Amino acid sequence: MNAAVTSIRRQLHPPPVPASPFPYHPGSLLSASDLSLEGISHILNRATILENADPLVRDRILAKRRVALLFYESSTRTRTSFELAAKGLGADTTLISSLSSSIEKGESLKDTGLTLRALGAEAIILRHNSSGAAWLLEAETRLPVLNAGDGMHEHPTQALLDLRTILAHLDPATKACHPERVRRGGRVEGPAAGKASPAYIDEIAADTLAGFTITIVGDIQHSRVARSNMTLLPRLGARVLLCGPKELLPDIAASAGPGITIERDFNEALRQSQAVMMLRIQAERLAGLQLDLAQYKENYQLTGPRLAAHAPTALVMHPGPIIRGLEVTAGVADGAQSAILEQVKNGVAIRMAVVERALTASQDGGRA
Amino acid sequence: MTALVIRGGHLIDPAAGVDAPKDILLKDGRVAEIAGPGKLKSANGAEVIDATGLAVAPGLIDMHVHLREPGQGYKETIATGTAAAAAGGFTAVAAMPNTIPVNDSPETTRWMLAPERGAAIRVFPIAAATRGSKGEAINDYAALKSAGAVAVTDDGHPILKDGIMRETLAAAARVGLSVIQHAEDTRLTQGASMNAGAMAFKLGLRGMPPEAESGLVERDIRLVTELRDTRVHLHVAHTSTAAALAAVRQARRSGLRVTCEVAPHHFLLTEEHVGFYNTNAKMNPPLRSAADRDAMIEAILDGVVDAIATDHAPHAVHEKEVEFENAPNGITGLETALGLSLRWLHKEWRMPLGRVLSLLSAQPAALLNLKGRGTLAVGSFADVVVFDPKAEWTYNARETKSKSRNTPFDGWTMQGKVGWTISEGRIAYSNQA
Repeated sequence: MNAAVTSIRRQLHPPPVPASPFPYHPGSLLSASDLSLEGISHILNRATILENADPLVRDRILAKRRVALLFYESSTRTRTSFELAAKGLGADTTLISSLSSSIEKGESLKDTGLTLRALGAEAIILRHNSSGAAWLLEAETRLPVLNAGDGMHEHPTQALLDLRTILAHLDPATKACHPERVRRGGRVEGPAAGKASPAYIDEIAADTLAGFTITIVGDIQHSRVARSNMTLLPRLGARVLLCGPKELLPDIAASAGPGITIERDFNEALRQSQAVMMLRIQAERLAGLQLDLAQYKENYQLTGPRLAAHAPTALVMHPGPIIRGLEVTAGVADGAQSAILEQVKNGVAIRMAVVERALTASQDGGRA
Repeated sequence: MTALVIRGGHLIDPAAGVDAPKDILLKDGRVAEIAGPGKLKSANGAEVIDATGLAVAPGLIDMHVHLREPGQGYKETIATGTAAAAAGGFTAVAAMPNTIPVNDSPETTRWMLAPERGAAIRVFPIAAATRGSKGEAINDYAALKSAGAVAVTDDGHPILKDGIMRETLAAAARVGLSVIQHAEDTRLTQGASMNAGAMAFKLGLRGMPPEAESGLVERDIRLVTELRDTRVHLHVAHTSTAAALAAVRQARRSGLRVTCEVAPHHFLLTEEHVGFYNTNAKMNPPLRSAADRDAMIEAILDGVVDAIATDHAPHAVHEKEVEFENAPNGITGLETALGLSLRWLHKEWRMPLGRVLSLLSAQPAALLNLKGRGTLAVGSFADVVVFDPKAEWTYNARETKSKSRNTPFDGWTMQGKVGWTISEGRIAYSNQA
């Protein structure tokens, strides 16, 4: 019986999985995997140009275009930086949050999206507590949708701003990061002034981060920041180490893509890394999971001594919000190796580029 | 009742061992005569169906459908669900009890069977195993059986408690009913919306581990073993994991009366078909890994699977146009089961036509003890499907006879086009318009 079955099984050609129709709109950014390497380069380039542009000139790029920010979850950094980014390009923005809108009365995401489109929204920036919500919104509205975080799934602009932060400190030759070489703001105008700017690498390729290792630490299971970075960074050649306890980092995470490895010993992971990205324990997504916080801090808190002992030159990153004294100590968050506020600042530049792309995208939009 | 002759067709009746050109006379709701082409003795005056070049087979039987009545007529009614069934070649469906109210009483069972429901084909209610399908107190199976119930189940929910499941198996066996288990250890599937694994991690969704299914199947088999009563019949609904199939296979080798069904989506699709949150690929049990899917195909081909059942689960469009985690479980299946089974099991994987039809008719009839169905032997019910086994066609969900169109098979190529579906001698569906 089994022999016969085996011979049949060799001939099995099951139905193929259909190709994804997403993204429908070339200006959409739903996942870090939507972007080709050229598309990523383009966004990084535009981020630098727009950041350095005269605000009065920049203001005309999207003058009076309408952008809706639809937020089903609270947010400080993402919401503010998207809003500043859109306004910085001259767009009109409107914020719809779940607690002060008809969402509270039971209006569906589809109807909310269609309503915003009818009101003239030309792009929607969506933060939602359900994984995949941005795909639903795009399918129903066919507008450019920017995923500003969907449940536990993705947060592509965070990964792009993290990449920009890493590239600002990266020595292209040695792949070492230089935390001390922090870019100090300052508007730079005209081509000649470009030299005043520190070495931002805006042209990326499949080997730009070859030889570079980053450790992402903590609540990987519930982290959209982790998933987007795990999607984006290995495409540039980076090695991603995931570190955390089993409850927050299931073994299956290692199969999420190429270049991803699990290293549960934090000190060991630090020793191999040029950058370390700390994540917050997401109490709102733990779903009854009991976690021994004292034990967690013992094993995974990034402290001054731990950093000094194992990664004295690594860049310290955190997508925020930070819970000081839990995943990082105050000293590390405020320390010389910390790029946390620089990440926040890069958010505005990246989001200007992404909002601009949403409203001006050519047919392929740098799609992967 | 008028008589009906099906002339010129090729009769495939696996239960009767017939696979030959035959003419058939249907009279008074029964099969009256079968003879070689042109040889019927008493066909005078009968209405004639010209089945030249077509296959004639016992009407299909789906032992697992959700007709949504009473209570959720906006998703489906008994009339629309059975119309879709007839279009799919089915002449009998077994209706699951997760209605509103739950069908846990003879009154509800009889209400479903009343002529006012307008069923196009035969409906066989399956009653709730426990009161309200809450898994706490078992129902009066003798009363449910005399009202028309053909099996008991809490489908949609498992019977989780060992003691209650043991009691259910024993009590159902005493009145000659099968127990159909929705095998899901819900303690392991809280908040989950797809199969656990790499795809769920990638999509940021909580996953249902395969062990949630296989663990409960193993528990149930242990209970059947302990009962030592040969009348006990455990049937595993919508089997989706290789481990659960292995447990069923093993139980069968030990001589236990443990059977199982597999749905077309579980032998064709995998978790990859969830794609980017396609809610029409969300059901419970969920689409599993490729290895699990391959195990379904293998078990169907080697005979471990007893029936193909659709788990037809209609939902309104607005209910599926939501965030994946918030979408209800289930897909429609009555109009696509034959077309998919013939396209894949028969054409692609070379399963003989008779065996495919048997999984869709004779075997489910035997599992539910439906006497006189699943065969076209003289004296049987005149439940017939006449179809072109070679015809390829494309399924268009917008043309469905169901009230809902939540299917992942929209636009798929089907094989085997139904020409007529005849229920107890009446034409329930015809594609002749």
